[in-house]
Amino acid sequence: MRIGLIGQPNCGKSTLFNQVAGYKAETGNFSGTTVTFTESKVRVVGDVVDVVDLPGTYSLAGTNPAEREVIKYMTSNQVDLVVNVIDASHLSYGLAMTAELIELEVPMVIALNMMDEADRMGIRIDVKALEELLGVPVVPMIASKGRGIQQLFTQAYHVGQHQQLPNQTRYSKDIERYLEMLQNDLRDVKYQLNSRALAVKLLEGDQEITSDIIRQKPEIEPTLTKMRESLQDERGQTADWVINGERSGLADNFAKQVIKQGKRHISFRDRLDDVLLHPFFGYIFLILILYIFFELVYSIGGLLETPLMDLFTEMETWLLALFSNPGAFLPQILIALIQGVSGGIAIVLPYLVPFLIGLGILEDIGYLPRVAFLMDALMHKIGLHGKSIVPLILGFGCNVPAIMSTRILEDKRERFISAALATMVPCAARLSVVFGLVAFYLGPVVALAIYLFNLFVISLTAKILSRIVKDESPGLILEMPVYRVPTVRTVSNKAWWRIREFIVEAWPLLIAGSVVLAILNYFDVSKFLNLLVYPLSWILGLPKEVGVPLIFGILRKELSLVMLGQALGSMDFITVLTPVQMITYTVFVVFYIPCLATMLVIKKELGSKFMLQIVGMTTFIATIAGLLARGVAEIFY
Amino acid sequence: MSILDAPKGKTVKIIGYKGGRGVGQKLRQLGLFPGRKIVILRYAPLGGPVMIDAQGRSVALGRGIASRVEVEVV
Repeated sequence: MRIGLIGQPNCGKSTLFNQVAGYKAETGNFSGTTVTFTESKVRVVGDVVDVVDLPGTYSLAGTNPAEREVIKYMTSNQVDLVVNVIDASHLSYGLAMTAELIELEVPMVIALNMMDEADRMGIRIDVKALEELLGVPVVPMIASKGRGIQQLFTQAYHVGQHQQLPNQTRYSKDIERYLEMLQNDLRDVKYQLNSRALAVKLLEGDQEITSDIIRQKPEIEPTLTKMRESLQDERGQTADWVINGERSGLADNFAKQVIKQGKRHISFRDRLDDVLLHPFFGYIFLILILYIFFELVYSIGGLLETPLMDLFTEMETWLLALFSNPGAFLPQILIALIQGVSGGIAIVLPYLVPFLIGLGILEDIGYLPRVAFLMDALMHKIGLHGKSIVPLILGFGCNVPAIMSTRILEDKRERFISAALATMVPCAARLSVVFGLVAFYLGPVVALAIYLFNLFVISLTAKILSRIVKDESPGLILEMPVYRVPTVRTVSNKAWWRIREFIVEAWPLLIAGSVVLAILNYFDVSKFLNLLVYPLSWILGLPKEVGVPLIFGILRKELSLVMLGQALGSMDFITVLTPVQMITYTVFVVFYIPCLATMLVIKKELGSKFMLQIVGMTTFIATIAGLLARGVAEIFY
Repeated sequence: MSILDAPKGKTVKIIGYKGGRGVGQKLRQLGLFPGRKIVILRYAPLGGPVMIDAQGRSVALGRGIASRVEVEVV
């Protein structure tokens, strides 16, 4: 037996799925995080059933790819029944989609989720009455706390076995007349939808289904157009608005019959938006929350990095001591292997883990959409929308999760631009270069100037990119989820899901890259590498030895500082570099080619072509920015 | 009048939408139909989005879209 989970974004569907399936679905408090199907086996009353988590959609109108996929999947007899998850605190919205599902004549069970939320809002739902109205079993539950899940699946199993169908709903007389006429005309048409559902979809004007049917029966086209037109004349609204309006009217009516509105407890959470979205204090809190977030990630990461790094350094020393000639090929390769492993364990993970947990908490609380709300106006000034601020903020910690977070942007253009910009945000590793070189030798003011310059270049790039790739999206339409207390389980599942991606996909390549560079180094290609970078180091006025640290810096940004000392023969940089060279080098390092881990994530998320474009773009920008910095620095020094 | 001209904190009724099919569909998906009542909750500063309450759900609308949703005070 196969059960399909279906529901609107933020109804807790993925939370339910995760409760029964373990670590197999992404969940989020940000509309539409589930974009793909995830399937899992679940044990119910001694039998094993497949549970499919379908993408969250507001309706089945087929207006976007996710909705189309859901309709197709449900009507192609691949599921034995659907579990329609509804947010009990927004019953009439959820029932509007239930009304659409009922039309498809698939056996179903309603999971009335978030009963605690409804309770808090003073909403009492008469479950028995709802069951009778719809002819569908309704199971009240609280997925986040695991309550009602057992009953839900037992109920679903029975419905699936008996193939019990819901009561059909009815529209107003005029619409029913049109539907009847259409059903008569379509009698000889074969389609995977039942004839009534098909008639509804055609009258509504579903583009894909309409063109499918017209291909089968061209003479239906004028009839359809005429029907839609006369419906519009009678009602003064387009046919799709009329039908959807009726459906929500129906849903409102159902909701009204079963809801007893008690007293709403005005809680702390209801007042929260007054503070967090306040035109002045909202921004103060935004800065404060982000500051605390970064402070925590940095301090936890730093706390772990030093001892872990020491451990690996000791391992390296111990290993080298085993060989009579440490410079030989084998020990060098082994060292590279250790460095690849330590790069993941000691440098990336100490920051990535607290970062992803923190991000998960902010996401689940429901704060990220609020950030988008606050920043929308500002982001418009550089040609982007509010949501794009998220990857940019995250980029300061590490570009890898920043690129991952571009998933929250539905618009492809926004995704590409935000990802490109995020790679230019100086991450924690580049921060070590800015602080280790510029702040240490030239003072914190110069470091601050570099950060401000970075912001300026990013804004300028955003403006240019948004001019090149024209914005077609009409603007922000974003649901603000209710503030929720995140649960340990959903946050840790989500963090683990993302960390696993790094471990499985980026890390092995990091290790391989480290080994390849060691081989290059062993065969003494550093002269050749310096020569390769020479055109760049020459126009930037840098010593030609910076070639090797710059190339190794692509592997791990910290290496562009660590190896600079080796390359120049002194870790006391002031003796080997002029202040102008320090500034120029740092600015170049801040902007040039993203690190290997970031590139691999870009490749995975957005494709190789885009990754190569980013490499080209960042090299270009870094050179221009480096030249500019050199020019300005020469005035001061 | 449009949502942008509607008084903050007042309940208004949606009468119609002037604009493209795509946005109309997205609004519809969020349950913003003609006849539905909404409350204007707050405006973000500097020409930012408008937040409305649609039967207990908060939705942020960019000003461009908000200016095209026709409402009347009830």
